[in-house]
Amino acid sequence: MRWWLPLKASTFTGPIDGLFLAILIITGIAFVLVEVGLLWFVVKYRQRPGRKAFYTHGSTRAEVIWTVIPAVTMVALGLISNHYWVEIKGRNSIPPNAYPIGIHAKQFEWQVTYPGPDGKLGTSDDFTVRNQLHVPVGRPIVVALSSEDVIHSFYVPQFRVRQDAVPGMDIKAWFQATVPGTYELGCSQLCGLGHYRMRAQVFVQTQEDYDAWMKQAAQEASS
Amino acid sequence: MTTVAATSHPAPAHHDDRSFLRKYVFSTDHKIIGIQFLFVSLFFLLVGGLLAMQMRWQLGFPGKPMPGGGVLPETMAPGGVILPEYYIQLLTMHGTFMVFFAIMPLLVGVYANFLIPLKIGTHDMAFPRINMWSFWSFFAAGLVMLSSLFVPDGAARAGWTMYAPLSARHDLSGASFGQELWSVSIILVGLSSILGSLNYITTVINNRAPGMTWFRLPLSVWSLFITAILGLLALPVLSGAAIMLLFDQIIGTHFFDPAAGGQALLWQHLFWFFGHPEVYILILPAMGMVSDIIANGSRKPIFGYHSMVFAIVAIAFLGWIVWGHHMFVSGMNPTLGSSFMVSTLVIAVPSAVKTFNWMGTMWRGNIKFTVPMLNAIAFVAMFVIGGLSGIFMAATPVDMQIHDTYFIVAHLHYVLFGGSLFALFAAIPYWYPKMFGRMMSERWGKVHFWLTFVFYNCTFFPMHITGMGGEMRRLYDPNQYTFLQPYQPIRVFISISAFLLFATQIIFFVNFWWSLKRGKPSGLNPWQDNGLEWTLPSPAPHGNWERVPTVYRGPYEFSSPQVPEDYLPQTRKLPSDREPAAASAARH
Repeated sequence: MRWWLPLKASTFTGPIDGLFLAILIITGIAFVLVEVGLLWFVVKYRQRPGRKAFYTHGSTRAEVIWTVIPAVTMVALGLISNHYWVEIKGRNSIPPNAYPIGIHAKQFEWQVTYPGPDGKLGTSDDFTVRNQLHVPVGRPIVVALSSEDVIHSFYVPQFRVRQDAVPGMDIKAWFQATVPGTYELGCSQLCGLGHYRMRAQVFVQTQEDYDAWMKQAAQEASS
Repeated sequence: MTTVAATSHPAPAHHDDRSFLRKYVFSTDHKIIGIQFLFVSLFFLLVGGLLAMQMRWQLGFPGKPMPGGGVLPETMAPGGVILPEYYIQLLTMHGTFMVFFAIMPLLVGVYANFLIPLKIGTHDMAFPRINMWSFWSFFAAGLVMLSSLFVPDGAARAGWTMYAPLSARHDLSGASFGQELWSVSIILVGLSSILGSLNYITTVINNRAPGMTWFRLPLSVWSLFITAILGLLALPVLSGAAIMLLFDQIIGTHFFDPAAGGQALLWQHLFWFFGHPEVYILILPAMGMVSDIIANGSRKPIFGYHSMVFAIVAIAFLGWIVWGHHMFVSGMNPTLGSSFMVSTLVIAVPSAVKTFNWMGTMWRGNIKFTVPMLNAIAFVAMFVIGGLSGIFMAATPVDMQIHDTYFIVAHLHYVLFGGSLFALFAAIPYWYPKMFGRMMSERWGKVHFWLTFVFYNCTFFPMHITGMGGEMRRLYDPNQYTFLQPYQPIRVFISISAFLLFATQIIFFVNFWWSLKRGKPSGLNPWQDNGLEWTLPSPAPHGNWERVPTVYRGPYEFSSPQVPEDYLPQTRKLPSDREPAAASAARH
C-alpha cells in the first residue's frame, strides 16, 4: 500500500507530481498556520471570570496582508500550472511523431485498435484487440478516443493520464511511458452497472518486444 | 406532515384564531415554514445517511451479506448481498438526497425562512403564500424522489450529476421510471428554490426595520441574501436542463444523445452552470451563520465586517464563473481549462480572508465553549481542509490525476460535512430556543460533537490517501483492480468509522426530539446575543413584533466599552444614539 501518488511510469509524472508536492507544501503551511492558530486562540482566550474581550472591529493592514499574500500565491500557482497544462493537454501539445492507437470505449470494455505494421491508423492492416493496450516504451503515444454509448474515462494512474471518451466526439490524448511493465487502465467515469469492471491491461514493452508482439498479433488478427 | 403537527410548539402568546391546518400545515408563517423544512430535511438527512451506510458496507465488506439486508428485494440485494445495479442507485440517491433534500434545505429552506424576517425586524416574508408553496413543492419533490426507490427497476442510476447520455437513455442506464422520477423531482425542487430565492431577495431589500442599514445586517443575513441571488441565477438553468432531460427520456427528443445528433457535453455545461454556484449555495449560509456564532462565542465584534461582506460577494461571483473546472478532462477545449483554473484558484483568496477574519474574531476574545461555538470552531478547522484540498484539483495538471478519485470524495465531504453540516450542528442548537422555547442538552451536545469530530475525520481523511493512490469514485468493487487491492484495509477502516459516525448521529436526533418536550426553558436571550430575534419571546409569536423594532447599531457589539455587560443589543438605545430616519417600508 502506498501513502503517496502511484508509481511513476510516464513523462507526465515529473511535472504533475512536482506540482502536487508544491501545492502540498503551500497548503501545508496554510493548514498548520490556521490549525495551530485556532488551537492556540482556543486555549489562550478561553473564557475566564472577570475578563472582557478586546473590543476591536478589525485592522485594514491585516486585511490587506491576508488578501494580497493568497492572491499572489494563487496567481503564481495558476501561471505555473498553466505552463504544464499547455504542455500536457494543450491543443498543440501532441508530439508530431507520436505513435497512434485508437481506443473505442463501450459498455463495458475497451476496444484497442492498433495501426498494424504500417504504423498508421485507418488503413487496412489495422486490427483491434479487446481490453489489452500494448505500447512501446519511451515513445509518445497518441490515443484517439471515442465512445460507442455513454461517457467513459481513460485513466492509467501510473501515467497520470486521464481523458474522457465522449460519444459523438473524437478526442486525442497523449502520453509517453517510461518504465516497461504491466499496468491497469480503468474507467473513471460512471458508465453503468458494469463500470467497476471496465478495465484493461496495459503492457509497456521495449520497442523490440512491442514489434514482436505486433507482428504476432497482426497475424492472429488476419487469420 | 403529521410529524410537524405532533411536535408543534405551544401557541403564541397573543390571540391567534387560525385553524390548526392553517397554523401548522398550510402555514404562511415564515417560522413554521422554516420548522417544516427542518423536520423534513432532517428526515432526508437520515435517508441519505442510511444510503451511505449501505455503500460503506459494500466497500468495506464486498460480497458479504449486509446485516438487515435481507429485507431488501431480490432486485437490489439478494440474500443481503448488494448488487452492482443497486450500488449505483445508492450512490446516485445518496448524493441527490444530501445535496438537494438535506444540506440545501437545511441551510436555506430552514434558516433563510426562519432567520431573515427575525433578523431584519419584520413581520414575515414579503410573499408569505409563495413561501408556503416553496415548502410544498419541496415536499412534493422529496416524496417523488423517495418513491423512486420503490419502483420496479429502481431509482436513478447515473450519479447525482446525472451525466448524459447515460441518464437520458433507458437502454444505457437500465432504469426507466426511476430516471424519469429523478427529473420530475429536480424540476419541482428547482421550483421550490426559485420561489424561495425570490422571496428572500425581496424581503431583505424591502422589509428591513428602521435603522437596519445594509452594513448593519448580520453576516448570516448577508450570506443568505447573496445565496438567494446565486440560487435565482443557477436553479432556473438546472430546471431547464432537467426538463430537457425529461423530454429526452419520455418524448423522444435528443438534446443530450449524440447518437441522434445531440450533445453529451451540453448536459455537463448546464448542470455545472447550476452545480458550481450550488456548491456555494451549500457553504455561504453556513459561513454566515458561523460568523454570527463565532462573534457571539468569542464575545467580540466580528473582525473585518466589511471584508467579510465583500468576501461573500466575491465568492458568489467567482463561484458563478468557475463551472468548467468540473470538466477539465471532459474533452472541453483545454484553453477554457486555463481560464477556469485561474478563476477557481482565485476563490481561495476570499475564502482565506474569511478564515483569517474568523481567527481574528477569536483572537483576544473571551471564548465560551458552548455546543454551537464548538461546532462553529470545528467548521473553521474542517472547512480549511476542504478549501485547501480544493487547490489541488483546481490546478489542471494535478486534476488530471485526482479527478474522479476518492481525493475528490474526501474534498467534497470536508466541505459539505466538515463545513456545512458542522455549521448546522452549530446553528440548530443555537436557534433551537427561538424555534421551540427550549434549549437542547449541552452535555449530550458536547458528547455528540466530540464523537462526530473524531469519527468524521476517521471516515473522510483516509479517502485522501486512497484517492492519491488512484482509487476511482463510484466503483462497486475497487478490488477488481490489482493496484487498488492493497487499500482494502483502509476501506474497512473507513467503513467502520462511517458506521460509528452514523451511530453517533442518534445522539443528536434523540437530543433534538427529547429537548422539544423536556429541554430547559430558554428565556428570551439564552446566548446573550445582540440580534433582533432575541428581543422576542421564545418561541417567537406569529407576526413576530406588534410594532417593528428600531435598530441603532450593527449586530456584533460585544464587549463594547459603552456598557458594563459584554453585549449590546441592536435595539437598545443609548443616550448617544440618534433616531434613524423612520421612512422604512417595514413600519406598518
